[in-house]
Formats: sequence, structure tokens, C-alpha cells
Amino acid sequence: MQPETKKFELVCPAGSLPALKTAVDNGADCVYMGFRDDTNARNFTGLNFDLANAKEGVRYAHAKGRKTLLALNTYPQTSGWQRWTSAIDNAAELGMDAVILADPGLMQYAAKTHPGLRLHLSVQGSATNYEAINFYHEHFGIQRAVVPRVLALAQVEQLMSKTQVEIELFGFGGLCVMVEGRCALSSYATGDSPNTCGVCSPPKAVRWQETPQGLESRLNGILIDRYGKDENTGYPTLCKGRFDVAGETYYAIEEPTSLNTLELLPELMRMGVAAIKIEGRQRSPAYVAQVTKVWREAIDACRRNREQFAVKPAWMNELGKVSEGQQQTLGAYYRPWK
Amino acid sequence: MKLSLGPLLYYWDSEKVNAFYDAIAQSPVDIVYIGETVCSRRHLLRLEDWLEVAKKLSDAGKEVVLSTQTLIESESDLKTLRKITGNVNFRVEANDMGAVRLLANRVPFVAGPTLNIYNPQTLQLLAGMGAVRWVMPVEMSGAALAAMQQSLPEGMETEVFAYGRLPLAFSARCFTARHHNLQKDDCQFRCLDYENGLTLKTREGQPFLTLNGIQTQSARVYNLLGEFADLRAGGVGVVRISPQAYHTEKILHLFRETLEQRLPPSLALTQMEKLMPELPCNGYWHGKPGLDFIPQPALAASA
Repeated sequence: MQPETKKFELVCPAGSLPALKTAVDNGADCVYMGFRDDTNARNFTGLNFDLANAKEGVRYAHAKGRKTLLALNTYPQTSGWQRWTSAIDNAAELGMDAVILADPGLMQYAAKTHPGLRLHLSVQGSATNYEAINFYHEHFGIQRAVVPRVLALAQVEQLMSKTQVEIELFGFGGLCVMVEGRCALSSYATGDSPNTCGVCSPPKAVRWQETPQGLESRLNGILIDRYGKDENTGYPTLCKGRFDVAGETYYAIEEPTSLNTLELLPELMRMGVAAIKIEGRQRSPAYVAQVTKVWREAIDACRRNREQFAVKPAWMNELGKVSEGQQQTLGAYYRPWK
Repeated sequence: MKLSLGPLLYYWDSEKVNAFYDAIAQSPVDIVYIGETVCSRRHLLRLEDWLEVAKKLSDAGKEVVLSTQTLIESESDLKTLRKITGNVNFRVEANDMGAVRLLANRVPFVAGPTLNIYNPQTLQLLAGMGAVRWVMPVEMSGAALAAMQQSLPEGMETEVFAYGRLPLAFSARCFTARHHNLQKDDCQFRCLDYENGLTLKTREGQPFLTLNGIQTQSARVYNLLGEFADLRAGGVGVVRISPQAYHTEKILHLFRETLEQRLPPSLALTQMEKLMPELPCNGYWHGKPGLDFIPQPALAASA
């Protein structure tokens, strides 16, 4: 059983050095980042850190008493193995406060080679129950697990009662409707998957085309969505398109929507959740600034007085502006969503 | 090379399931994986009933393996999982690290396709815990598998998903219930209406995916019959056929004939065309998008 934790860390995305500094300046307790290759699950052109940038990022965060976490959360295949182990060596050398891993082989390497390096289980590790989380704890000494966005809040609480591993939850941002680490839809359509390439519905496969029927978005030629004149367009993430099932056209898998759990804050704190994660390393420093600022304020307000905590309309308004599809949901935390 | 039948991924009524496995008991398959791997709400066959099926198959000389559920969320899911991993008669396929924890260093087990075994280090680790067979992730290419085979742990057997609609993703949400505007907790067991899943098409009519409750599959049928020479040369020990509502025994028969080299793959493929619910694909094996179909040059020439 976990004691109610005093720390309730706000973990913010840093896709670049400016984003990292913005996150720190606006009150992130931790920033998470990745190297500039396929060793992390946001392997996008122009994003992420080379060694010099990473060094400066760590220095900047540490100077202000904040932590840096390195995401190394893709699954190396035989030919790329050394790229991943070098990344772990570099993380240790840089003084990262933790590495976020999904691959068991890599965890074993990290635990053996750098026994002092703190390990977090990535959401890509697909651990949705305490037996799985305790497996990674027993074998590799992971100290925190990021739980996939598939559990109801009561299930999270039940899981927490049976493990000493800290639990980090997604609080805001893009919503994976599939169990992370167990979705190959992207590679089925495009050849590149989150597990092995660190991308989902990659930009290089995207085509936009104006047609008499409307504006069409395609992924490797597959029609993902078609927009009428007055409709807002969205990035063609393949699970968020409109498809035809038995003659009915609708968002068959998920609407373009963002996760927003601001109203659950008192409950998450009461449960003893260790950290809340903001998604969006691929987003701009402006997004990072806005979201970090709102969440910092909300967490501080909730910490001062949990019973009286109420979500301010201004916060929701600010977050609404940066949400995908301008819509927000509690996702699986709210059971009827399932 | 052995032939296996993967776990039944759809929800059929008990009568259909029992009739199906009666036929499988007489079919030319070596290994049969059984049990509910997709959704805990599918309860027409309880574990006790699955154990009956297991006995029937085992009596017919098949190697029977109990497959565990892929997405384990609740204490009740774990309770079922513990009963499976604790059974003393049949080998277990672990499809979640929670299952591995319950099996590790206790009994030999099969490391299932959703454990994400992508490199020799992870495979070695699982071998050390008792894994005696592993099933390659469906998205892995033939070339990546060949690299894995270079350092296969001693006594480890490699299994490849070689036929069927690909299980691509698992979710908290039930897409079949969603299609009927129902919540998952009140799904009215609509999966029973779709014995081969529910096809999702693009808005220009291209069959793209298959909705199967909380699981999303490919619409196309993964088929590695044309890659048999590769599989054999690569030291693959077991090829897996995934059950479908009709013609599964005929598919098994054609695979067996190809395996025994009594039928050339090109001919088997032609005969299989009308038995498949959708067009074939094999892109993953060739390191391409999974839905691609790359005809084998030799086969294309002989066809």
C-alpha cells in the first residue's frame, strides 16, 4: 500500500531545448525528452536533442532544481541494439534523473551497466496490472511505471494497492485509444510503428488533396478522412479518421479529441499518484508554456485545499485552445467512455 | 516444421465452438492454442469448458496450449489468469508480462506474440525464465527474424503467425459495442453477431480493418504460404494459422500439403483464394506496410 505522497510531480514534454526551458520556467517538476533518432517514441524530423543540447537541457533544469527524464521507449531490433545501449550510456553520463524504458532486454542492460541509474517503465511497456508492474520491479528494479490510458480510475487505485512501484498517469494531451506498445495499426498502413520506429501515422506518409468531394487526408494512399467546407481539419492519425462500418460513416475508433483530467486532480492526489504526465513532445514551446502554466496553477491550488478544489473556467478555456479537435475527454478514467 | 492453430479470436456460441474443435481434433494440425485472449466479457465458455476442449484435443493427440488474455485490467482478470497459469495439465502461452511473472522459473511456457520480443537479449531473458517457444511479433520482418535466429537460445522454438487476419491492436474501448452505440459494460454481447469480425472500410470502400470487440485486426488476410522456403530456411519451428468462421480445416489441410511438399505453394495459394474472407497480404514479412501483398517472383512465374 502506498502512502499518500507529498510529491505529485508535473512531468512536461520537451521536444526541443526551447520547449524544455519553457517547461521549466512555467513550473514543470520534471521534463522528459528524447535523443534525435529512433530510440524514442517521438522520432520526428526537427525534434529532440543531440548530445550538446541534452547537456544544456540537463544543466538548465538542474540549476533550477528540476529533473530530466530520458525517453528510450522504443524496442530495439537486433541490428540497432548498440544505438540503444549507447543512448543509455549517454543518459547516465549526462546525469539524467531517470530513463524511461519499454524493452526488457534494455532494462537488464541498464540495471547491470548503470546500477545507479533510476528506471521508469514506459507506457509503451503495456503494463496494465500489478503482476506485470511487479515483474519489471523484481527483475530490473523499476521505480516508477507509466500506466497505459486504458484503465478506469478504480482500476488504477486497485493496482496501486498491490505494488510499491510509483505510478505516473497521463493527465493531458493526445489520447491513444489503444494500449500503448500493443498497437501495430501504423505499421500495417505505413510500414513504421511506434514500437520499432518511434512514430505513429508518420508525416512522410501523409498527403492532403482537394477534391470535388472535399479536402481529403490520406496515409500511404489510404483515405483517412474527408472534410466538408466548414469542418475543422485534423492530423490524419489513423485511429481518428472517419470510416464506413456496415454502411454508417463515423469516427469508428475515436474522435479527434484530447485527454484532460484536470477535474480528477483531487482524486488523483488522494490516491497517491506520484506524477502526472503531459503528452506532446511534438508540440510547440507555446503549447508547452500554456499547458504547463495551467497545470502548475491547478496542482498548487489543489494541494493548498483539496476539498475546495474547483476547476477554473479560465484553465479549461486555455487548455481547450490547444486541444486536438478542440474537444476534451476523461478517456478511460471515466468508465462509461469505454 | 510444425503446424499450429492459434487461439480463437472471435466470439462464437458454445455449440459452434465445440463443433469447431471437434473438427480440429480430426484435422492435420500439431499444436492447438485455446482460450479467450480478447475480452473477459466473453463468458459462454468458462475456463472449465475450455479445459474440456483441451482434453478432447489432447486425447486426439494434439499438443494443447492455454493462451492467456492479452489485456489484463481487473482483479477478476487476474483471478482467471492465475487459474490458467496454475493448471497442471497443459502448457500456457503468456500474452502479458503479468502472466510471465506467474509462470517464470516455475514451468516451461510459450512467450506469446504480444510480449514484444524484438531482440535476442529479451528472448534470452525469457528463455532464462522458462520460455521454450516464442511467437514473433506480427509486425516483424523476415530479415529481422533471421537476425534473431542467429543467436536463438538453446532449445528455443520459433513460431510465426502465418495465416489469418492480423491481430493489430488492443484497446480499453470496445469498437463493436461503439458501433451499436452501446457502452462496453452493457455491450449485449454483439460480438456474437460477427463470426469473422466487423469490417471497417475507408469512405471509398476499401476494406481496411476488422473490428473484433476491443481488438482491431487487419481486413486483409496475412498469408505466408508463398514464403515457405524462407520460413524453412530460417529455422522456423512452428507456423500458426488463425481460426476463421469457415474453411479453417481446409486452410490447415493446404498448409499441411505445402509443408509436406506434396503441393507447390503457388497451387496451394490459388486453391486458398476462395477460402479467404478477404484479399491476402504479406507486407510485414518483406519489411513493407503490413497490408501490402508482394507476390513471390518464382510463384508469379509458375502461376
